[in-house]
Amino acid sequence: MIQDAIWYIALTGMGLVAVGFIYVISQAGKSADAAATSKSAHTSNVLRRWLFGALLVIFVTGSYATLHRFPIPSQDASLDAKQVVDVVGQQWSWAINPATVQAGTPVEFRISSRDVNHGFAIYAPDGRIAIEAQAMPGFTNKLLYTFAAPGTYKVMCLEYCGLGHAPMTSQIQVVAARGD
Amino acid sequence: MATMTLYPDDERLAGGERTAFNLYIISSVALFVLMMLLGLTMRMSQATWLNVAPDLFYRILSMHGAGMVGTAALVTTAVMWFFLRKYVTLHLWAFVSNYVLFMIGAVCIIVAIFIDGYGGLWTFLYPLPVHAMGLWTPNAAALFMAGYLFIGVGSLLFYLDAAAGIIRKFGNLGRALGLQWLFGGSIDPNHPKTVVASTMVIIANTLGILAGAVVLVMSLVNIFFPEMALNALVAKNLIYWFGHMYINATIYMGVIAVYELLPRYSQKPYPISRPFLWSWAASCLFVIVVFPHHLLMDYAEPRWLLVMGQIVSWGAGFPVFLVTVYGALTNIYRSGMRWTMPSRLMILSVFGWAAGIVPAILDGTIRNNLVMHNTQWVPGHFHFYLLLGVLPMALALMFHVIGARANRPPNTGADRVGFPVYFIGGLIFVLAFLDAGHLSVARRMATHLPEWQFTDKVGSIGAMLVVLGMLYFAIRITSGLLKAPAGGSPRDSTANAAG
Repeated sequence: MIQDAIWYIALTGMGLVAVGFIYVISQAGKSADAAATSKSAHTSNVLRRWLFGALLVIFVTGSYATLHRFPIPSQDASLDAKQVVDVVGQQWSWAINPATVQAGTPVEFRISSRDVNHGFAIYAPDGRIAIEAQAMPGFTNKLLYTFAAPGTYKVMCLEYCGLGHAPMTSQIQVVAARGD
Repeated sequence: MATMTLYPDDERLAGGERTAFNLYIISSVALFVLMMLLGLTMRMSQATWLNVAPDLFYRILSMHGAGMVGTAALVTTAVMWFFLRKYVTLHLWAFVSNYVLFMIGAVCIIVAIFIDGYGGLWTFLYPLPVHAMGLWTPNAAALFMAGYLFIGVGSLLFYLDAAAGIIRKFGNLGRALGLQWLFGGSIDPNHPKTVVASTMVIIANTLGILAGAVVLVMSLVNIFFPEMALNALVAKNLIYWFGHMYINATIYMGVIAVYELLPRYSQKPYPISRPFLWSWAASCLFVIVVFPHHLLMDYAEPRWLLVMGQIVSWGAGFPVFLVTVYGALTNIYRSGMRWTMPSRLMILSVFGWAAGIVPAILDGTIRNNLVMHNTQWVPGHFHFYLLLGVLPMALALMFHVIGARANRPPNTGADRVGFPVYFIGGLIFVLAFLDAGHLSVARRMATHLPEWQFTDKVGSIGAMLVVLGMLYFAIRITSGLLKAPAGGSPRDSTANAAG
């Protein structure tokens, strides 16, 4: 699951930062003579170059890996999805039509708002966010998503929209594809 | 090069300067405690340990957001002023005007929220302020926005005065930023890092505040003339352009304290360098153009802006890790430094900034944002570098100044208890937010699902510790600032004498 991967990457990154700090802090109270200071300055410069190289590799490969197939569908071209769902948010309810879709086939959600900004978030039956997009007045955001498994998917608003923000929920029923 | 003298003469505060500085600092620490209590109230309400009605919750949330962002700006402005006045001529009237306008703005915001019922959050995201569904009046929204305008005008006055002082001394902002040394030439070793950082903040945040002023005025026109509707996407871009730069500027103003003070406590030179100048030039550009990462889920946003938002978010880590964090760690490595409150807080602040960037970069990735946007991951990452980064930067200067008045760096037994209470509480607090984000817990919700409440409870315990630590800091700093300066020559003090 992507959320778990993000969490472990974050913990690893923050952990590495913490280890670096703990090491330096453990050394900070010690004194060094001129020769040792000069040597550690040289080592520090070498390490900095390695750090720069490592960050550059992460930057280039990470950017390519996450952007070469752009994760958001084209908003101008037709998405040619066989299932299309219109979603309209308004304080404080969702109009979702149709509210039943099939698993295994891409669904195009056309998301807009009648009043203020809302956040259209689909929660999978396990309680994790499957996908989300903003619902903005005056614009239609097109989202393409394929439900992997049948079930009841909860819709929540993830952009604060006033007093009824938290209870602004709905459901999408995902049924097994015909023939399954 | 920054001075190695612990308490140099040119930093002494006397007369009006001392009064103004004390006003800034004492107001800030008091506001921080109050805003933290509001934050604790919200976390305890989400944890079902307190019963706060949703309308009050969202007003508290609006106050907490506006109050924390504003107070962070106020206190880091004091940090920038404290050091920049050594290098260029700053007028006290501009510094004081900023304070007065901030307080007028704060009163407008408090009245709008707690008397008129405004609950449209600190982001005043168009058109929510005029779609209150009967909870607040258009006048309440207008008063809230007027408060922002007062605060923004105050900041602009301060920046314009600082820009004038810098240009008088260095010729233009580009030379103050050190652009003439990016590709070669001998860097003036006495060119102050404070001037470089201040110039970057002036350029970026002036643009941000102007963007904010534009969208605030447009929103005010819309409040009184509803037929003048705005483009919601344009308004959102302007709001986040302003909001992102305004809060980011606090880090760049706050870190001046680290550049100035760290070498005094480590007694190791911390010279200016070409990588340093490159990092600040790059950061200046990055902070101006990174704001689209707040709109990654607005698919109507032009694609190139979304890509720029991600790439710049990632790129922004380079200057921080390679220059500021690495430089600070190199500076203290085997320096023989003794730990006192200013040095502890400085290293904590650099750690908080560095570690907080990791979840920030992950959230600034479009693919991740599809499942993390507006979850508690977001407050997790920004509390990381505000609570454990920006605030400790400002606290380091505060403890340094009360050390100057007592003639030795503060390091009492109570300090040694207060620091870990704040630090550990802060860590628990932000990690609870991040874990909640990983579990898809939504941010900005008055009521939480039962399965979300475990992280709310853990976060509440962390928040209690943070409040306790900050309350101690606030009392310690206020009493230290109000004490008369100690006799003798502060210059004779050393970084390793403490008490």
